[in-house]
Amino acid sequence: MKHTHNPFIRIWHFYIEGFRNMTWGRTLWIIILLKLFIMFAILRVFFFQPALAGKSEAEKQHTVATSLSGERVDKPAE
Amino acid sequence: MNEMIQETLVGWSRSQFALTACYHWLFVPLTLGLAVVMAVMESIYVKTQDEFWKKAAQFWQKIFGINFAIGVATGIILEFEFGTNWSNYSWFVGDIFGAPLAIEGILAFFMEATFIAVMFFGWNKVSQRFHLASTWLTGLGATISAWWILVANTWMQHPVGMAFNPDTVRNEMVDFWAVAFQPMAITKFFHTVSSGWMTGAVFVVGVSCWYLLRGRNKRFALASIRVASVVGLVGILTVMFTGDRAGIQIAQNQPMKLAAAEGLEHGGAGAPFSIVPGIEVPKALSILATHDTEGVVPGIQDLLNGYTDNEGNVHLSADEKIRRGRQAVNAFAEYRKTVNKDSVTAIQARQTFEENQAYFGYGHIEKKEDLVPNITIVYWAFRIMIGFGCLLTLLLCLTLWFERRGTLAQKRWMQHWGVWSIPMVFLAGQAGWVVAEVGRQPWAIQDLMPVGVAVSGISASSVQVTFCLFLALFTILLIAEIRIMCKAIKNFRMED
Repeated sequence: MKHTHNPFIRIWHFYIEGFRNMTWGRTLWIIILLKLFIMFAILRVFFFQPALAGKSEAEKQHTVATSLSGERVDKPAE
Repeated sequence: MNEMIQETLVGWSRSQFALTACYHWLFVPLTLGLAVVMAVMESIYVKTQDEFWKKAAQFWQKIFGINFAIGVATGIILEFEFGTNWSNYSWFVGDIFGAPLAIEGILAFFMEATFIAVMFFGWNKVSQRFHLASTWLTGLGATISAWWILVANTWMQHPVGMAFNPDTVRNEMVDFWAVAFQPMAITKFFHTVSSGWMTGAVFVVGVSCWYLLRGRNKRFALASIRVASVVGLVGILTVMFTGDRAGIQIAQNQPMKLAAAEGLEHGGAGAPFSIVPGIEVPKALSILATHDTEGVVPGIQDLLNGYTDNEGNVHLSADEKIRRGRQAVNAFAEYRKTVNKDSVTAIQARQTFEENQAYFGYGHIEKKEDLVPNITIVYWAFRIMIGFGCLLTLLLCLTLWFERRGTLAQKRWMQHWGVWSIPMVFLAGQAGWVVAEVGRQPWAIQDLMPVGVAVSGISASSVQVTFCLFLALFTILLIAEIRIMCKAIKNFRMED
């Protein structure tokens, strides 16, 4: 490790050296990165759009209020 | 037809959430438990300066690292599902659910991520004590993470510290401390985390028993069993104590869950505990639920038809709760319709809503039988959890006993039991969550919002597609974890 008093550079070197010296850990990092890519770049973007996304606050309130006061509101109790 | 589509949508959305949560819960308890075992071993190393303990700690850190790498961020998918599949719920809970999850993400995750790097990269680069502190703080970070997740989960089981605003259609937090430190959350936290210690400990015992069966790494295996058995027994004692507390709290706040877990149709004073169908321990359920041999425990029919408890309080029938719930729902709809047009009607509607608000969720229940969760699943999951828990307690006591007497290496039956206890401890943990989550059906939020209302207005087929995607992704991850872990375990050599 290069000797320096700058704490940020020392932390940077600490991490870089740690990653360089990894043996079995590299496979795990590949798995982690692949997993995060699938989760955030594929699943989140193409399959998990929030159902209320794109609506204004008032529209969101209205959508949820409609579900909460749904079709059963006028049914009498048994 | 519409009801069928709705049931399919709710069913698939619930299945997807259950699948994700079950997979997530394979990784989390092992992380929590291994963190303690490896930190104890490193502490022994720092105290004794014996290189043996350093190597032992490093091996379990490697296993911890594999589990952490595969499991990390699997919980984030649950948050995706809240937004997509459960958007009504997500809006309705407002910041109450969001705040603990945000704190979890910012504080605990970053703490964990910082110290885990020091733990893995810092051997021989930072002082022994700083490294040891980092190892403990890695575990503490994971534990704090668990705290906030469990606070959010407990709020769904017992909502407190909030007020519903019919204008924004959201619950607003009025008492952060009530949400974060309600007794049920504290109990759930210690119960869940200590079950994680047990999982990690039993895993270490199981792997060590495998080494003994193979005649390898004998000193390492026996030393690991010694440490893990103690950690596991501390864990199981905490599980038992908090389980007792949880029994009382569930009896008070979610009596239907308790009745379903016991398959108790008709309760009363001096209720028996069912070991299996046909075998009962007299008065034991009353003791568990009330700490009183003659305590009243309501059965399913009592809860549906109304009953009077020990203190003489009359509990409403399900029909009456549904009637009041429908009044609340009608008043809510009326308030929303008139709030900007007719202030007198709006004020009256709001007053009626507030008078019946406690039963709001019941207004969406079609018939009272819908308030009963699946009894078969909850009953047997409860018995799997307790039954396996008892077997694992016995295992940890015996391994510690034989190890202290120096005879464990000769007892092959004990070693086989140790290996087979690994799937057992994971099944016990999963069964515990099944009791907690299936047992509270039909509620997404107890008494306030049933799952049928919490679900988004999306197509069931889109949920089916993502269910299959998750099943494939998680299965691949699980296979990867098991293969990498088995390879690491097989390749490990430590001279005796």
